[in-house]
Amino acid sequence: MNIYKETIIDHYQNPRNFGKLKQFQHSVKLNNPFCGDEITLYINIQEKKIKEISFQAKGCAISIASASLLTENVKGKTKEQLRKLNRDFIIKMLGIDLGINRLKCALLPLDALKQILKNYEF
Amino acid sequence: MLNIKDIKKQFPIFQNHPDLVYLDSPASSLKPKQVIDKEIEYYQQYGVNVFRGIYPLSEKSTIEFEETRQIVSKFINANKPEEIVFTRNATESLNLLTYSLGRKIIKKEDEIVTTIMEHHSNFVPWQVLSSETGVIFKVLDINDEGYLEINWNKIITRKTKILTLTYISNVLGTINPVKQIILEVKRINPKIIVIVDAAQAIPHLKIDVQDLGADFLVFSSHKMLGPTGVGVLWGKEKIFKEMSPFMYGGDMISEVYIERTTFKNPPHKFEAGTPAIGQVIALKEAIKFLEKIGLNNILKHEEELTSYCYKLLNQTFGKKIKIFGPKNLQKKCGIVSFSLNHFHPHDIAQILADEGICVRAGHHCAMPLHQRLKVLATVRASFYIYNDVKDVVRLIDGLKKVTKVLG
Repeated sequence: MNIYKETIIDHYQNPRNFGKLKQFQHSVKLNNPFCGDEITLYINIQEKKIKEISFQAKGCAISIASASLLTENVKGKTKEQLRKLNRDFIIKMLGIDLGINRLKCALLPLDALKQILKNYEF
Repeated sequence: MLNIKDIKKQFPIFQNHPDLVYLDSPASSLKPKQVIDKEIEYYQQYGVNVFRGIYPLSEKSTIEFEETRQIVSKFINANKPEEIVFTRNATESLNLLTYSLGRKIIKKEDEIVTTIMEHHSNFVPWQVLSSETGVIFKVLDINDEGYLEINWNKIITRKTKILTLTYISNVLGTINPVKQIILEVKRINPKIIVIVDAAQAIPHLKIDVQDLGADFLVFSSHKMLGPTGVGVLWGKEKIFKEMSPFMYGGDMISEVYIERTTFKNPPHKFEAGTPAIGQVIALKEAIKFLEKIGLNNILKHEEELTSYCYKLLNQTFGKKIKIFGPKNLQKKCGIVSFSLNHFHPHDIAQILADEGICVRAGHHCAMPLHQRLKVLATVRASFYIYNDVKDVVRLIDGLKKVTKVLG
């Protein structure tokens, strides 16, 4: 099972939307104490859609790549559309076969996004 | 010198996985055929309960069960078999001590002392006991080389009721000079009770509890080639008699009336309910196996592999590799915890796993120690009797692949 395919490594080494947004309304920080992974998501909502999104993170290749790919995928989406994103979406987005232990790493960025949806109205 | 080829033949898992590179023995060791066969023998030939039956099968299982107690007792040079209590694992042995001893003897203004290099199982139970009883919980630090900061005069006082510490760190591999430590702390406070967590030591070191001078010592069967589900608590009969039972139920009572119950003498007082009979019976075969190889030979073999591993790691990765723990290999066992570049330990372990190499990644149930080392997690590769130089080479090749994949 080789999960370190080219796209994953590319997003791990050159994460997209990395850093803190200059302008954002909402942010959330989540961590996974088991492996020490940590992510902070920032979002800028305009007209009830995600206009900009970024993240800062410490973690393994899978969690970083997952965050990078997720931020690319959610721009322009409404709250309703974001609510539909689930585990299967992440697995399909990464395109790799993850074992139960590593799935947690892949899901951390989505968990952070879900936390924003729960905490903030837009 | 150990004949690794011959040893490997005695571990059936290598017949099922011929290319397996198993470097995670501190988590749980592999099991030799001799141990597995003994457990099968119990279930197939006399698999009934102990102590209760008058019929021959129950007598046989009781004799086999109690024989393990004698063999364990001799193995660690206890005074008598009654000093050996069977639990589920070292964790349960330590929890038993917090309940049956700690909660009984600890009074306000007392102190409990432990160290920063403990496994959570010898840290959390005492931390919780301290916070529940309001006593002082002191944690002894390590220095940057991975040795305990031995300033006992500063930390041990007349109020220190309990010192509980590990014999070997499951992350750094450091072998603590437990005998000298006990001598020194008992000089400061003769009434102190010293508990030794020997879970990581028992697979590698010859332990003589009388020579060591401890009051209690605990370990698990599954880390020393034995079955899972069995732990040992060693203690002196006199203190055992003063302690309260841990759990109540079958096998541990003497008489039960509607108003009151009397309990059996130790060790049975602490062994409520049907024990892990087959596993206890098979544990003696693990001890026989270890004694046949010779514990001194085991430690020497680990030292050779660790030395070779340190050399190759430093040669191959230079400044990119950081190895935690003592550099003096005579003061540690075959545990090599490291970080490589900025790579996350889970990524390293995953790529190694794809190459058939089993290592541990994470905080190894020692979060306070990792906080002290200022790292979130480490990779741990460990050597035991079934590992050889080829395993070291495979590890290094695997790590080369890691640097290639993760860049």
